[in-house]
Amino acid sequence: MKVSTRRTREVIASMRIIWKEPLLLVAILAIFYFLILFVAFPIFQVFRYSLVIDKRFDPSNYAAVFSARYYYQPFLNSILLGTITATTGTIMGFGFAYALTRTALPLKGFFRQAITFPIISPPFVVALSAILLFGRAGSLAPILQRIIGEYSIYGLGGLVFVETIAYGPTAFLVLYGVLQAIDPALEEASMDLGASRATVFTTVTLPLAVPGIASAWLLVFIQSMADFGNPMIISGDFRVLSVQAFLQITGMYDLSRGATLAVLLFIPTTVAFFLQKYWVSRKSYVTVTGKPTAATIKRLEWYIKMPVYTLCIVFTAMVFLLYGTIIYGSFQKLWGVDRTLTLNNYVQMFRVGKDYIIDSLSLSTLATPLTGLLGMFIAFLVIRKRFIGRGVMEFTSMLTFAVPGTVVGIGYILAFNQRSALFPFILTGTAWIIVLLLIFRNMPVGIRSGIAALQQIDPAIEEASTDLGADSSTTFRRVTLPMIAPAFFSGLAFGFVKAMTAISAVIFVVSGKWNLITVAILGFVDNSQYAPAAAMSLLLIVIVMISLGIIQLVVNRIGRGVRTTTIIG
Amino acid sequence: MREDYLILNDLVKIFGGAKESVVAVDHVSLQVREGELVTLLGPSGCGKTTTLRMIAGFEFPTSGDIYLDGERMNNVPPNRRPTTMVFQNYALFPHMSVSQNIEYGLKIHRVAGRQIKERVEEVMRLVGLKGMGSRSPAKLSGGQQQRVSLARSLIMEPKVLLLDEPLSNLDAKLRESTRIEIRKLQRRVGITSVYVTHDQEEAMTLSDRVMIMHEGRIQQIGTPSEIYAHPANRFVADFIGKANFLDARIESIDSPTSATVDMYGTKLKVSEVTESLAEGMKVVVVVRPESIALEPKTRKGLTGVIQESVYLGSEIVYEVQLQDKLITVKVPNPREHTLFKTDQEVAVLLKEKSLHILPAEEPSG
Repeated sequence: MKVSTRRTREVIASMRIIWKEPLLLVAILAIFYFLILFVAFPIFQVFRYSLVIDKRFDPSNYAAVFSARYYYQPFLNSILLGTITATTGTIMGFGFAYALTRTALPLKGFFRQAITFPIISPPFVVALSAILLFGRAGSLAPILQRIIGEYSIYGLGGLVFVETIAYGPTAFLVLYGVLQAIDPALEEASMDLGASRATVFTTVTLPLAVPGIASAWLLVFIQSMADFGNPMIISGDFRVLSVQAFLQITGMYDLSRGATLAVLLFIPTTVAFFLQKYWVSRKSYVTVTGKPTAATIKRLEWYIKMPVYTLCIVFTAMVFLLYGTIIYGSFQKLWGVDRTLTLNNYVQMFRVGKDYIIDSLSLSTLATPLTGLLGMFIAFLVIRKRFIGRGVMEFTSMLTFAVPGTVVGIGYILAFNQRSALFPFILTGTAWIIVLLLIFRNMPVGIRSGIAALQQIDPAIEEASTDLGADSSTTFRRVTLPMIAPAFFSGLAFGFVKAMTAISAVIFVVSGKWNLITVAILGFVDNSQYAPAAAMSLLLIVIVMISLGIIQLVVNRIGRGVRTTTIIG
Repeated sequence: MREDYLILNDLVKIFGGAKESVVAVDHVSLQVREGELVTLLGPSGCGKTTTLRMIAGFEFPTSGDIYLDGERMNNVPPNRRPTTMVFQNYALFPHMSVSQNIEYGLKIHRVAGRQIKERVEEVMRLVGLKGMGSRSPAKLSGGQQQRVSLARSLIMEPKVLLLDEPLSNLDAKLRESTRIEIRKLQRRVGITSVYVTHDQEEAMTLSDRVMIMHEGRIQQIGTPSEIYAHPANRFVADFIGKANFLDARIESIDSPTSATVDMYGTKLKVSEVTESLAEGMKVVVVVRPESIALEPKTRKGLTGVIQESVYLGSEIVYEVQLQDKLITVKVPNPREHTLFKTDQEVAVLLKEKSLHILPAEEPSG
C-alpha cells in the first residue's frame, strides 16, 4: 500500500473518532479560532503595517530603516546587547548550576532561592536599583568611580549589568536541569580511568552540557533582545529596538515605522527561539526529566572551588544589595539628598497608584485561571490526542512565547483598534484587550507546565479511563485534571507572576481607564520619582510573593502522591 | 458457544511516516471462541501488544477488520467498545481510592448507586480485595494493585477482557501463584479473554490456545500441547521450551504415518509424516531435551561425549557433543539413573515417538 494513502486513511480514521466526540471537536475548533485571532493575527498585522502603505505593497519602510543610521543603529545595538548579555548570563548561570550540582557548596537551598529571585520580580526593578546605587546620585557611585574611573550607568555597560542579573537566572535554571541530568557515573568513570578533575570537566561534563549551554545562551539572548523595561530606564543614548519601536508609536504616532522596527526585533528573536526549540534541544545528550540523579559530591581542587564559590557569593550579594536598596530607597525622603526615613513615598504611591494597583490585581486575577485552563487543555490535546493540525496548534500556541512583547503589543493595537472579518469588536481601550493579551502571552507557561506534567503521567492511566467508557472530556475532567493539578497550580502561580510583572506588551494596550502597576512604576521613574517607584516595586514584589505562597499551600494540600513540578520560566 | 465471537481479519498495522515505517502487525487473522482464553505470545516487538491495542481501540488497523460478537469494531472508539483492558503497569488512578478506581467505569455508565455498591463488593470479593476499598492504590503491594486493575476491568462485564502482560511487574513467586488464580477466575466467570505475554510458561499455564507471533506475523496458533509437540517451525520450537535441532535425511517413507530418517548414519523411525516429505529430502529433527535418554556406550547407534553436567536436584542437565552438534539432554529424577562424568562417551537414544520433523530449508527466525 502506498504510504500516502495509508497516512491519509489513518488520519481519516483518527478524525472519525474525534468526530464521534462533538465536544472535543468543538473545543479544538474554538481553540484554533482563538489562536488565529489572538496569536497569529496580531503578528500578521505587524508585518502588514510594515509592508503596506496606502493599501499597496511598499517596502519603503525597510528602505528607510536601512538607509538611516538613526533607524538601523538600534538593530545593531539590540543584537550587540543580546550577544553580550547572553554570554555573561550563561557564564553566570553555568557557574551557579555547577556549584549547586557538583560541589559541596554549603547552604545550597539559600543560594538557589537567591539566584532565582530576580525571576519573580518585575525585571526593570534591577535597573531601578542600579540607578539608585550607581546612578548620578547613587550611593555607591563615588566608590565605583574611584575604582573604574569616570563612568555612566546609562548605556551598554549598565544594561549588560542589569540584564545579567535579571536574565542570568534563566540560564541557571536550564543548566541546572542539564547538569543534574548528567549521570555522575559518567564523571566517576572518567575519573576512574585516571582523569583529573579538570580533565573530567573538559572531556565529560562540559561536552555533555554543550547543547544545554547553547539552549541557555539562546534563551537569554531572546530575553535580552525583547527586554523593554530595563532599557527604557537605563539605556540612555544606547538606543535599542524595543524602546525605539515604542517611541515611534506612542511618541511619533508612526504606526508603520514602529511596526517595521518590531519586525526587525521579531526576526532574530524568533530565529533564536526556533533554533533553541527544534535544533539545539534535538542535539541534547541528556533528557531533562525533572528526576534528579543523586550527584556524588567529591572533594574538589581549590582551583575549581575558588572561582565558582566566589561567583556564587558575589552574585548573591549583588542580588541582596539590589533588592535591599529597593527596600531602603522606598523609605527615604529624597534619594541621595535627604536620607530621613519616611512613609511619605507609600502615601504618595497609594494616592497616585491606587487605581493602577486595583486594575493590575483584578485583571491578573481574571486572566490567570483562564491562562492556566487554556494552557492545560492545549497541552492535553497536543500530547494526548491525534487530529489534523495538531502540530500547527502546538506551533502557534508557542509563538507568543517566542515573540517579543513589544511586537505582540503593537500587533494587538493594530489588530483590535478596528473591526475585522475575524472579530467584529473593537477592543482598544477596554479591559478585555489587556486580559486577552495577558492570557495569550502567558499561555505558553501553562502549556509547558501541562506538557511536563502530562509527560510524567503514564498514558495508560488515561487509556484505562477511556477503556472503561469515558469520553475525552470526562477523562480530562475526572482523571487528567486531578493528576496534573499540582502542575496546574504551579503554572497558575507563574502565570500570575508574569501577568503582574508584565510590561513590554501591555504598555501598548493600557488606557486611561485601565492601567497597570508596572506602567505606573515606569511613569514614576520617568519623572525621576525613584522613591515612590521603589515603594511600588516593593509592593508588587510582596503581592507576588504572597500569591506564590498561597498557591504553594494549595499545591501542597492537593499534591498528595502526585509529583509537583517546580515553577520554572 | 460461538466459534467466531471475536474475529481479527487480516489485520495490518504500519507505524511511521514516509521515510521509515515499521510493519508492526503483518496480516494477522484469528478467531476467538466465546469463553476462550487466547494468549498472544512472542518476544518483545513481535506485534502482540499492538494487536491487543487494536482490539481495545487504542490503535487503528492500517487495513483489516475486527469483529466482536458480530459487530464491526474498526471505527468504534475505545470508550464505546465492550472491551476492557488490564494494563501492564495497572494504570490505576492515583488520586482515587481502591473502590473509586473499581467503580469508575460503572459511574461513567451511570449505573445506579446501590447497584454500584453491590457490584463493587462482589468483584472485590471475587479478586480477594475485601475490606481494602478505602485504601489508596499507592499503598498497595504490586499483587494487590494488579487485583484492583483486574477488578476494575471485570466489573464492566466486558465481552472481551484484554490483559497486557499483567504479571510482568510481579516477582517470580507471586507471578506463578497469580497466574493460576487468573486462570481459575477466568474459567469461573467464563469471560472471553485475550492475554498478551512474552513468557512462554505463563502462556502454557493459562491458555486454551496460544498464538505465537514473530516480527508481526503469526507463527502458529494451537493448544499448548499442539505447539509444544508439533511446532510449526524452528522459531516456535525454539521459543516454546528448549529444543535440539538435528540434521537428517529422509531414508524412506514407510507408510502414511511413518518414515525412516538417517541421522549421522543411524536409522531412526519417526511416526509423524506430512505430505510435504519425500524420500531423500533433507530435514531437521526437533528433539526436546527430555525426549533423549543417555546410556553407557554401546556399539550401535548414536554416540556422544558429555561436555558438561548441571545437577538441579529434580533433574540433571547434560550438554552432549553429538558429532558437530552440542545438544542438551534432561534426565529427570537423577537418583534413578546412572550419572555420567565429563568427557565420558555415552549412547544417545532419541525417543522415537517424540521426534518432530521440519523441512531443512526452514528460514530461521
